[in-house]
Amino acid sequence: MTRNAAISLTRVAVIVGSVLLVEILCQRKIISPLVMIPPSEMATSLWRLFKTQKIWDDIAQTFSTVALAFVLSVTVGFALGAIIHALPRVRRAVDPLLASYYSIPFFVFYPLLIALFGLNTIPLIVIGFVFATAAMVISTLTGLDRVPRVMTKTARILRLSPTRAVWSVTLPSAAPYLFTGLKLALAYSFIGVIAGEFILSGGGLGFSIAYAYNDFDSQTMYALMMFVLVIAVVMNGALHLWEQRMLKKRARA
Amino acid sequence: MTTQAWSGLNTRLFDGLVLVALFLAVWQGLYEYAGDSALTSPLTTLDYASSLMKTANFWTHAQATLVAFAYALVISIVLGIVLGLVLGVQRFSGDVAEPILVALYTIPKITLYPLILLIFGLGVSAKVAFGVIHGVIPIILFTLNAVKNINPVLIRTSRVMRLSPWQTASTVLTPAVMPELITGVRVGFSLTMLGVLIGEMFASQRGLGFLIINGINLHNVRITTAVILIVVVFAILANGLLLAFDKRMHRG
Repeated sequence: MTRNAAISLTRVAVIVGSVLLVEILCQRKIISPLVMIPPSEMATSLWRLFKTQKIWDDIAQTFSTVALAFVLSVTVGFALGAIIHALPRVRRAVDPLLASYYSIPFFVFYPLLIALFGLNTIPLIVIGFVFATAAMVISTLTGLDRVPRVMTKTARILRLSPTRAVWSVTLPSAAPYLFTGLKLALAYSFIGVIAGEFILSGGGLGFSIAYAYNDFDSQTMYALMMFVLVIAVVMNGALHLWEQRMLKKRARA
Repeated sequence: MTTQAWSGLNTRLFDGLVLVALFLAVWQGLYEYAGDSALTSPLTTLDYASSLMKTANFWTHAQATLVAFAYALVISIVLGIVLGLVLGVQRFSGDVAEPILVALYTIPKITLYPLILLIFGLGVSAKVAFGVIHGVIPIILFTLNAVKNINPVLIRTSRVMRLSPWQTASTVLTPAVMPELITGVRVGFSLTMLGVLIGEMFASQRGLGFLIINGINLHNVRITTAVILIVVVFAILANGLLLAFDKRMHRG
């Protein structure tokens, strides 16, 4: 067995083992049923929820909001990153801002956004967007910084037009960093939207968790919590695999 | 200082001022657009924030936040560094754990709030726990990667010198990973604070997070905007200090 296979197997064993441990602790009532229900019960409860229309509405609402926030943050973040990269003086001025960006607790702005835009999906999109954009800007800047000088020089020697140089030289060499930006932007817009829904909103998965919690409906609450957790992990895992494959292809080329 | 350095400093100062002015202009613009029911203008907010900071009531709330934050930060740092060192030294466990930790980092931890509350009950410990689950993972990840990327010669030397595991950790590993550790602590600092504030926004009767959400519920726009300003300024100042320290460690 190779080392990588052993690592993956152990990882799966650790995850399965911890779920089983929680299951046993809950079944034996060592963890009180008032605190947490067994994972198997969460799964059956989630299965029941899937048969209702409500959860599909929630899923549709949350994911369309996340998708909008994600697309906006990636486009704007990339454009801003490219512009800032081209203007060194602007860059020097905004550098401290970018370095301390994530020290600002953004969720405190969320109530303010509701006051500004009303209780609808706009504040959710804005909070997801604001939270995710800086990650994309920073990744774009890093990516453009790491384009090897040899590459840009070669492009000039080959007399590529600016668009072709960007398309066939700059973008491919910055790609791994841009991909990191995409990954972070997706995670951050997901966190931002769910958190906003949880704090104050009229629909979506985060709202339904908060609602079930206030309603002492721990069956629904834990089922939805498990769903969000699984979605986040699967999303992350898929992107990780895609990235690995991309990197391997580059290494071969 | 040479004239050139002076003019460089001057341009930077000027650019910084332009940035601040731009920010204030956007704020004023939003105020003009949304009016008094949504937020207060920069001038009123500054005025109100300074008078707020003279009241005893504000400081009891600020103290509640700071105490919970201090506990959460200490726990995050100690736990994060210890776990990070262990997982960094034990290569195999580190490789097993890293993707799990990254996945945990990307889940919206806010959804775990009900669970935390059911375990710890209302009060300081729930806030602290919420701060810790936000702050500890980045510290573990930074420490882990710092240990993993240590120059192998250092470790071989410590083995040649027959240092005990404790001596190795204290005299070789810790100094070698220090710069990365500081970066991890800086990131952990911000996230712990975010966690504590969010914790206060839901289930607490004290603290700055509570003041913000309470202001919203009572439609007291002045207090919400002022407290947000104070929190953000504090966060940026603290981060600026840590950032300066961070840069110095990486240079030295």
